[in-house]
Amino acid sequence: MSPTLSLFYFLSFLTVLSALMVVFARSPIHSVLYLILTFFCLSGHYILLNAQFLAAVNIIVYAGAIMVLFLFVIMFLNMKKEDEESKTNLTKVAAVIVAGTLGVILVGAFRKSQVGTYNPYAHDSQVGMVESLGHMLFREYLLPFELISILFLVAMTGAIMLGKREVGERHF
Amino acid sequence: MELTEFVIKSLVILVIFGLTLLIAMYSTYGERKVAGFIQDRLGPNRAGPFGILQPLADAGKMFFKEDFIPAQANKWLFIAGPCLAMLTALMTSAVIPFGDSIRYDGLEVAVQAVEANIGILYVFGIVSLGVYGVMVGGWASNNKFSLLGAIRAASQNISYEISMGLSIVAILMMTGSLSIREIIEQQHGGNWNIWYQPLGFIIFITCAFAECNRTPFDLPECETELVGGYHTEYSSMKLGFYLFAEYINMFISSAVISALYFGGYNYPGMDWVYAQLTSAFGDVAGHNVATLIGTAAFFAKALFFVFFYMWVRWTLPRFRYDQLMNLGWKNLIPLAILNIVITGTGVLFLKPIITALLN
Repeated sequence: MSPTLSLFYFLSFLTVLSALMVVFARSPIHSVLYLILTFFCLSGHYILLNAQFLAAVNIIVYAGAIMVLFLFVIMFLNMKKEDEESKTNLTKVAAVIVAGTLGVILVGAFRKSQVGTYNPYAHDSQVGMVESLGHMLFREYLLPFELISILFLVAMTGAIMLGKREVGERHF
Repeated sequence: MELTEFVIKSLVILVIFGLTLLIAMYSTYGERKVAGFIQDRLGPNRAGPFGILQPLADAGKMFFKEDFIPAQANKWLFIAGPCLAMLTALMTSAVIPFGDSIRYDGLEVAVQAVEANIGILYVFGIVSLGVYGVMVGGWASNNKFSLLGAIRAASQNISYEISMGLSIVAILMMTGSLSIREIIEQQHGGNWNIWYQPLGFIIFITCAFAECNRTPFDLPECETELVGGYHTEYSSMKLGFYLFAEYINMFISSAVISALYFGGYNYPGMDWVYAQLTSAFGDVAGHNVATLIGTAAFFAKALFFVFFYMWVRWTLPRFRYDQLMNLGWKNLIPLAILNIVITGTGVLFLKPIITALLN
């Protein structure tokens, strides 16, 4: 087995394991930390695919910013007492039904989906580099890119509007 | 990679690693000496001549203290906190080019661990991870003061990361590359970025202070409000790791500042020195000596900024928390965006005019 392949298997094993631990960990803090580990493993996969820019951005945006906010919010909640009583049988049954439905849909969708083929000899290994990504985004996909930026701007403004204090509202 | 190249590369990495640790160690000594000088005291002067062995004495003291874990603390995360802080502090230096290249036996090996074409993004990614050590440690201590320190650290780092990223964007617009080596090579010949980006530099260094949790932004460990901040419950070498990580971060951020804004391993008159050295010692030895001088220039610049960190720490008082947030969100981010607009205008309109005039 080539080193790249064994690295791929190791990374995949680690990814799936940490993703499972996100679900199985009892403490939410542990879940968040395992989720960060999952993002790291995904970045490792991007690097194996020679998509360094995507790997770095994945770490900056997800592991560096979004997960810090997750951890931030969870730290504010008092997790000392187990909230077992909130999980009634009804919620358990509902959760099982929803998750099962989602699982069936995902399996169905993946079975039907066409996996794109690629020719390893004609494949350009530089396709994931930041230069080619920039050319792609700002030449061929300029309009969608700009539209997404506007969408982000609108979402940001909306978040600020929602977070703003109303007139006469007390600070704390 | 051939064996000789591998050996040279490993040596370079080990030397950089050792130097980082050594500089971080002696930064503690330097900090106390600078504090002493500014406050008209002597500073440490008992251990060895001029107190030069003080860091060793401190380390010995740290090692032999009781390693205490609070009863209600989350044990594994409590241990993981300082480890994460140390790990993220040490990972950053991997992509920083500390010098040009070393020639040996027909090979040319760069004085840099990894040449990545996303160098600056890598640095930025690791910096954004630096907060986990503080957060995890502060939460796992199960102490309200630690938790408050951790939360402050998290919100401070997230806020200042944005303007830091925006100030780097202006540099990237000028150089057109994410690789730090490329950025340094474009500053060859006194063409340093600081001349073009004074505003960006001020924003960057302010954010670097905030990211390193240094005074005036050391709110996470603000001892007048939070006892000891996130490391209240820590003792022995775990506390040592937290403090040490801060000094490593200081050195690394100084290195990044000198690479991005002050020409890295470029120094005035380096072409003349290079020509003299190669004519005196030959093509190989002369090149290597020139590289070493460049590396020394890099370290001198970085060490100056380490000194600058200390200078500011013992000069300025600490910010209040709302002042910190106002500065970050309401002043630095608009300024950084303005800087990007100005840089964009300059690159698009001013640069063609100036190049046309010069030619």
